[in-house]
Amino acid sequence: MAKKTNTSKKTAKKTKKKSSTRKKTARRSAVSKDRDTNTLNNIGSMATGVVKDSLAQTDPSVSIPLRTVTNMQFNKRRRILEMGDAAQQRALFNTGQARKFMQTILLAKGCKDLIEAEKTLSLRGMYYMSLHTIEGSKEKTFDDQSESDGILEDLEVSLNGLREELHVFAKKRGTMIGNITIIDNGDEIDCRRMGTGGYAIPSICEPDIIEFSKCEADFVLHVEKDTVWSRFNEDRFWEKHNCILTEGSGQPPRGVRRLLHRLNHELGLPIYCLLDCDPWGHYIYSVIKQGSINLAFESKRMAVPEAKFMGIRAIDFQRYDLSDDVKIALNDRDITRAKQIANYPWFEDRKDWQKEIKQMLKNNFKMEVESLITKDISYVSEVYVPERLKKKDFLD
Amino acid sequence: MTTLTRPPKSSKSMAKRAPASNKKKETSSRATAESMAKQQREISVSEFFAKNRHLLGFDNPRKALLTTIKEAVDNALDACEEAGILPDLFVQILQVNESRFKVTVRDNGPGIIRTQIDNVFGKLLYGSKFHRMKMSRGQQGIGISAAGMYGLMTTGKPVTIISKTSKRKPAHEVLLKIDTSKNRPEIVSDTEHPEDDHLFNDGHGTQVVIELDGKYQKGKQSVDAYLEQTAIANPHANITYVSPTNETFEFPRAVKELPPEPKEIKPHPKGIELGTLIQMLERTKTTQLGAFLQKDFCRVGPGKAKELCSKAGITNRTWIKQVGHEQAESLYKAIQETKITSPPVDCLVPIGSRALLAGLLKEVKAEFFAAATRPPSVYRGNPFQIEVAMAYGGALPTEETARVLRFANRVPLLYQQASCCSFKAAIETGWRNYGMSQSKNSLPSGPIVLLIHMASVWVPFTSESKEAIADYDDIRKEMRLAIQECGRKLGTYMRRRKRMQHQAERRGIFARYIGEISKSCESITGTPAKKIYDALKKMADQKTAEADYQLDEEGNFVADDGLANDDNVVVLDPDQQVTPDQIETDLFGEPVGGKSKRGKKTRKKTRKKVTKKAGKKTLKKKTRKSTRSDGQPTLLGQENRKKKKKRIVKKKKVRRSRRA
Repeated sequence: MAKKTNTSKKTAKKTKKKSSTRKKTARRSAVSKDRDTNTLNNIGSMATGVVKDSLAQTDPSVSIPLRTVTNMQFNKRRRILEMGDAAQQRALFNTGQARKFMQTILLAKGCKDLIEAEKTLSLRGMYYMSLHTIEGSKEKTFDDQSESDGILEDLEVSLNGLREELHVFAKKRGTMIGNITIIDNGDEIDCRRMGTGGYAIPSICEPDIIEFSKCEADFVLHVEKDTVWSRFNEDRFWEKHNCILTEGSGQPPRGVRRLLHRLNHELGLPIYCLLDCDPWGHYIYSVIKQGSINLAFESKRMAVPEAKFMGIRAIDFQRYDLSDDVKIALNDRDITRAKQIANYPWFEDRKDWQKEIKQMLKNNFKMEVESLITKDISYVSEVYVPERLKKKDFLD
Repeated sequence: MTTLTRPPKSSKSMAKRAPASNKKKETSSRATAESMAKQQREISVSEFFAKNRHLLGFDNPRKALLTTIKEAVDNALDACEEAGILPDLFVQILQVNESRFKVTVRDNGPGIIRTQIDNVFGKLLYGSKFHRMKMSRGQQGIGISAAGMYGLMTTGKPVTIISKTSKRKPAHEVLLKIDTSKNRPEIVSDTEHPEDDHLFNDGHGTQVVIELDGKYQKGKQSVDAYLEQTAIANPHANITYVSPTNETFEFPRAVKELPPEPKEIKPHPKGIELGTLIQMLERTKTTQLGAFLQKDFCRVGPGKAKELCSKAGITNRTWIKQVGHEQAESLYKAIQETKITSPPVDCLVPIGSRALLAGLLKEVKAEFFAAATRPPSVYRGNPFQIEVAMAYGGALPTEETARVLRFANRVPLLYQQASCCSFKAAIETGWRNYGMSQSKNSLPSGPIVLLIHMASVWVPFTSESKEAIADYDDIRKEMRLAIQECGRKLGTYMRRRKRMQHQAERRGIFARYIGEISKSCESITGTPAKKIYDALKKMADQKTAEADYQLDEEGNFVADDGLANDDNVVVLDPDQQVTPDQIETDLFGEPVGGKSKRGKKTRKKTRKKVTKKAGKKTLKKKTRKSTRSDGQPTLLGQENRKKKKKRIVKKKKVRRSRRA
């Protein structure tokens, strides 16, 4: 153990030295450095464990918490998904695991290099960084990117750090606009002046990168996709209702979720979600609210248990007297998925939700947010949403 | 069968001998009893076989050449063994012209005294082997004289025999022909040839030269194959062969000990038929029935004789002369109904598993060898014993079906495979159980050589040409059991080989990734990559070596994991069933496995194993290593194998009982 701390200290010193000489890091907060040191320590201790094991002639292995449904619990009190304690030992001397073991160590080394260089890479960049032919064979370290992506996720969990903390980011997805000013990596960004495109939410939304400087908004409206978001933006909805408008291009990526979490927790803004009336939309809501199975270990930093579901509701078809043309028939997969969702523990005790899903199944069709366009082009931003807000008619 | 009385048939030679006038009459009018009687006369055996030479294996020129060699070699080996001399054979085939060959076979046997040469080579059905119940290659005494006769008929040249019986006596040369009509030798010349003494280094021996019409062709049924197989079944013989293409092949001696002399036995009561019993009663020198039964048969004591007689309704004091046909018949019946101990088996001398393995190792390049010797058994009152040896893999062709080498009393059988009992036994064995592929009613396919040997005082051939063993249920069953015994070993080996390959693959996987891991770890922790690499490599080797080692511990095999060079791996199977005295015999024999070339890699690995394991095991491995490095297992090595055999006896017993 003494050795372990030694090495980590060393690396920590290294980082500090390097960072002091860099100009760019001046912009960064002290949090970032601490965080990096912490991540490096974690990587170091993992590798030290392997080295120690091999020198002691015991099977080297790394422990990787299981990211499966079975190893996941719903915390009823906090109303978020949490990961259990079950972990899988990835051993070198196991024919089935040897390759993955090698890849894990290889990517850990890659992350360490990345952190020390104080740079970030995309998932694909990470794949290329660690890609080479193994000496003395024709085998490549990775067959394709999906292989390295999976290992990176394993690494996140086992190092107990976000992908972002490993300096790896995903493709940008999601946009934001509204009454808020943020500081992104030292640049002040006024989200009120983002034109038609909006501010692209980065993959990494940690406090040391994005700071909230001035916020006047009362709430956040999160819509499912880009097209609806554009409608609201064009109608200057955020201006009229003094809110922040976000969009997650379907299933929101981590950046968007982290941002929503921070807006809710740090600024105390309520989050309202406008999603399709189908199992997919319901699940998006579930992920925003409780966290996802795959990233259950990060739920506490991403889930927004207070998020509310605004619509589209199953009763909206009658309520707004929509035409039959907007009906999209449920297929078998939708039906099974809906039943599955109804059985999730976080929906199970919600009578409203049970009713809602039952109603959708009874309707035997689904509806998209765009279906309101049949009434009027701006019906959704001028009638539907304001009405919901006024009536405080949300599903929780 | 000394003479054959048969009504003459109208054939060319008969017609020639009949007066021309008679012939005319015959064609014009029907024959009368008198005219027929004129033509009826005795036929000599030689005449009979001259015409029916296919019965003796002279049906075509190719086969004739082989049969000639075969008869001469069989006789030579028999003579040497009977005299207790380690056989040293020289076989030469000289092509005189397109279709004519001069065959020379020389041995270092005791030689033949002058007076006997005439009869041995010049008379059919003359020999020492027909009347006795003793295991030998030849049986009827037809072979060599028939070969000489064939040569004479096709080329007109007499047989040349040079024999030397002792150092002091000069070699004498006899040229003789067979008078077929009289089955009698006809001496052409008889001279002493002291100048030929150099042919016989040992001071004694015999050389036969026969010139004949034949055809030399390579292949499975060639002289080459015959001699190769003879060398396998007679590892104690040293054979030098000069082929018609003037190539010299050496089949060196692998076992220095002569097989023990088989004992002669009296017939077993169950093995005779009623006619034979009556004949024996007529010829016996004894006067009373009890004495006759006890002295002329084996396994009949006073008690058994009394029992037999009383069952037949006569007493053992009955005078032989008073035993009529009726009594003989009831006696015969009594014999069939009474339980009589099986005939003694010391008359059988199997090749022995070790010697068989030695023979196979010497001539077949394979990686796995197994042998099994069945306990003696009895068919029709004749004791017999089956031995099977198997070779698998290595340089053997993988695409073909298994090759079956058949032997009867150490003589290779090359023709009529399909009608041979051993072939049928091989087919009816379920080879799939041993990891081989086998289509219905056929031999397994794969790199397999299967050797089947039947040792018996009387091998039941399907014909005089001795090409196939008759299909007796008792014999086939024994053969099948022996094949199965070997097959099980092969199956075990196959499974283990698979496991070993798996281990090798595992090692490969580990080895590939260790480099990457140690480099990455160095970058993260600062520990030198070399140090981590060595530590991991050591562990990886241990992991996979452990598995290898387990095979050795529980296994009956000295096996290499066949990493890269499967071809060079030779697996010796030390747990064959051999009696202790046979092991003793083999211990002093020439080392086994002269041809087992082992690759460097294999040797290296062995050394590694040695360093890892301490104590007894190390010693064991070391000896094994020594046997490998020079390719010649030492005496020590064999002793160790014996020890190992003892160690695993317990396990084997358990296994056997489970099987039962």
